[in-house]
Amino acid sequence: MIHSPYIRKKIGVHTVMSNVLIALLPAVGLYVWQIGAGILVQLVLATVVALAAEALVLTLRRRPVLPALTDLSAIVTAWLIVLSFPPIVPWWLTTLAVLIAIIAAKHLYGGLGQNPFNPAMVGYCAMIVAFPSLMAQWPPVGTVDFSSQLDLILGASRDLDAITGATALDSLRTGLLEGTATVPTLMEQPVFGVFGSAGWEWIGLGYLVGGLWLIARGIITWHMPVAFLSVLAALSGVLWLVDPSHFASPLLHLASGGALLAAFFIVTDPVSGATTPRGKLLFAAGIALITYIIRVWGAFPDGIAFGVLLMNMCVPLIDMKTQPPVFGYKGDRHDG
Amino acid sequence: MIERLFRFRGGVQPATHKDDSVVAPIAQAPLPKRLYVPLRPNTRAKARLIVEPGQKVLKGECIGEADGVLGTACHAPTSGTVVEIVRHAMPHPSDLPVACVVIEPDGEDRWIERQPFHCVCASSRQVVLDYLRDSGIVGLGGAAFPSHIKIGTQREVDTLILNGAECEPWITSDDRLMREQADEIMRGASLLAELTGAKRILIGIEDNKAEAIAAMREAATKVHPVSQVVAVPTLYPAGGEKQLIRVLTGIEIPHGKLGAEFGIRCFNVGTARAVHRAIDLGEPLISRVVTLTGNVEQPGNFEVLIGTPIEDLLPLVKPKAGTDKYLHGGPMMGFALPDLSAPVVKGTNCIIAGSPDLFPPPKPELPCIRCGACSQACPVDLQPLELYWFARAKNFGKAQEYHLFDCIECGCCAYVCPSHIPLVDYYRFAKSEIWAREREHNEADQARERFEFRNYRIEREKSEKAAKLAARAAETKAKLAAKAAAEGADADKAAEPDPKKALIEAAMKRAQEQKEKSAPKNTENLPDSVKSEIAEIDKRRKPLEAFDEPDNGASAGEENK
Repeated sequence: MIHSPYIRKKIGVHTVMSNVLIALLPAVGLYVWQIGAGILVQLVLATVVALAAEALVLTLRRRPVLPALTDLSAIVTAWLIVLSFPPIVPWWLTTLAVLIAIIAAKHLYGGLGQNPFNPAMVGYCAMIVAFPSLMAQWPPVGTVDFSSQLDLILGASRDLDAITGATALDSLRTGLLEGTATVPTLMEQPVFGVFGSAGWEWIGLGYLVGGLWLIARGIITWHMPVAFLSVLAALSGVLWLVDPSHFASPLLHLASGGALLAAFFIVTDPVSGATTPRGKLLFAAGIALITYIIRVWGAFPDGIAFGVLLMNMCVPLIDMKTQPPVFGYKGDRHDG
Repeated sequence: MIERLFRFRGGVQPATHKDDSVVAPIAQAPLPKRLYVPLRPNTRAKARLIVEPGQKVLKGECIGEADGVLGTACHAPTSGTVVEIVRHAMPHPSDLPVACVVIEPDGEDRWIERQPFHCVCASSRQVVLDYLRDSGIVGLGGAAFPSHIKIGTQREVDTLILNGAECEPWITSDDRLMREQADEIMRGASLLAELTGAKRILIGIEDNKAEAIAAMREAATKVHPVSQVVAVPTLYPAGGEKQLIRVLTGIEIPHGKLGAEFGIRCFNVGTARAVHRAIDLGEPLISRVVTLTGNVEQPGNFEVLIGTPIEDLLPLVKPKAGTDKYLHGGPMMGFALPDLSAPVVKGTNCIIAGSPDLFPPPKPELPCIRCGACSQACPVDLQPLELYWFARAKNFGKAQEYHLFDCIECGCCAYVCPSHIPLVDYYRFAKSEIWAREREHNEADQARERFEFRNYRIEREKSEKAAKLAARAAETKAKLAAKAAAEGADADKAAEPDPKKALIEAAMKRAQEQKEKSAPKNTENLPDSVKSEIAEIDKRRKPLEAFDEPDNGASAGEENK
């Protein structure tokens, strides 16, 4: 017996996920234009591995395979892993990360909707801890053409220093840690562009455009991107104003690393994130805080992934403590 | 005059499908062969039968008197003969039959003598309310709540709201009524305003009903000076009473509270018209406007007598092939009729012929991805996804903590859910489980109370017995003392050793006598085994006798009888 409501909006999980994939396309386009088509190889590889892993695990779990494959959630995870990785990591690294994300982070917890941690970020963290040097190879713009990218992906030996340099954030931190340089002098290195890493900074614009489109479509709400970006900007802004020679400008922080990718696509993962409006603000603000601390004082090139995982752990508490007041009880909200 | 509108959070905008039937003026539905007039307009309101099978009734004649606190009267919708009183199917998802008066119309449609209720102002409020109750006036918005109860509470009323929002898709009965009978509605509204003492009337109509708004505006200026027709944004469920109150006044009425406590009364436009017809024309509530639409060839709106079997109405609109169910009410909150022989009741505003094209079966349920679409759609600001987890895990305590019972089951969350989870079903399940547990709990409480009372009663009887015995002992004591006193002052020394001893002696003597008297005499011929058994029993009995002497004599005697 079917009960009311008898009508349903024409929407499905696959609509949500396909919108996310579409929103990533501008950034992917800019990526190919600025850095090279190697990223496309990675995307295809990750997609295939993700779908295969999903099908394998579902078969082992004796669950229907087709609905899960067509909901496109595994592809979103795969793409986010690729986009947060350097484009020239070897194929097995991408594969490993995707397998960890899909099998360990997603399905060992019960599959779609059950995972407490962002699968893409679990994959990222596992790889950056296990293979820090490979994960730090961000090719500067124009240094590696498509055929050499392909070679590197397929496992050609690497002459690291010749082809890869550090990212803007990396050069900044290592430079500052040596204690001799200041931010303005470091910024004169060729790795820096207008806002952040030369070339890379424009890809961020793609994420911004896609993200705004997602907000306009109602797929994500404004809370997390706004909270994440504004807290990151505020923290870096305050320290930059206090000591501009030792702290980079907010603009550099916003345009560097995966800040914009994270703000619109990673922090906003619905399954592992907070769900209440105030909870979303808190959650994203927490990630921004951890990100900034790791970026400035930590040992890793970027801290977003760790911020996401740490805040994922706080989600049940955040959600519980930020339940919005119910209709008619706005006057006497009891928990803040 | 209200200056600005407020908004409630959430809400959805499904396709309205109102164009199908809104163009059709209200037509009179033909007399059916038989009418099944239920003796209860909703599950709580009852009426007491006052007619017998075979009796002739006139149109508007009372056939059931108001019974109980929420009772309202019910009336013969047309003239004819009461054929029988049967339990008949009702338009209710439970499909439980309800006592109905079956009337066979004589076709003459002859009214009883109609007496307008003159001069509301001169009558005491209670008289008017009783009159409305006896005219069978209940809310026509769907819940069929008795109107006299709603008017009745003795609080200061500031605003009377007429609900003409009609936010559910497909339904157009209120829209048509407002277009065609705006004057009657407004007269009813001013009567209601007078009864409640409201200072102003606000009429809320969704802004997709331009013609109804125009008609009502015209009538409003004519009939009541302090009334205002307000176009509210078309956003389901704007017609929910609390949502409409919020939109018009900004006041949010919490769950479990009535608008009355905030100086607001809210009535459906159809109810206002029924009040007008009852008071000004002396006509009880015997018919209502019903939209018949959906997968039909000629959707329309009909004035239908209460008690008309729904299956008799369907030929009027010619259902198309492929119709697989009929919905009672709208698609968001209505239900599929389990039995088409059920009659139109006072809460029936719409019947929709459903087909798999119009109402496709829901897609398979996928896991919740916590996307929060439901929270954004919820008009009462719940977190449906949390409630879903708790209901699913049967964690009903948590569900209640997260305000499960504030849920109005409007269906917005399920409507928007990308995982196609039938969320409202989960909440209905949780609610009914909680109710069932409460019932069980109450029953257990009652059993415990009964048990405790039984223990108390046994205890009380025991102590009463003890008191009685003590009184008897005191009496004997007093007698002995008197005797001793009578025996002389010189016996003082002898009597000194205390009356208690004497008492015990006397009692022992009595027991001894009784024992001898009652000792079994037929033990001579018993076998040895039995004898030894008796001896054993006697031995066991001895300490008992010494211990609890006064009664033992008697019971021992009884035992041996």
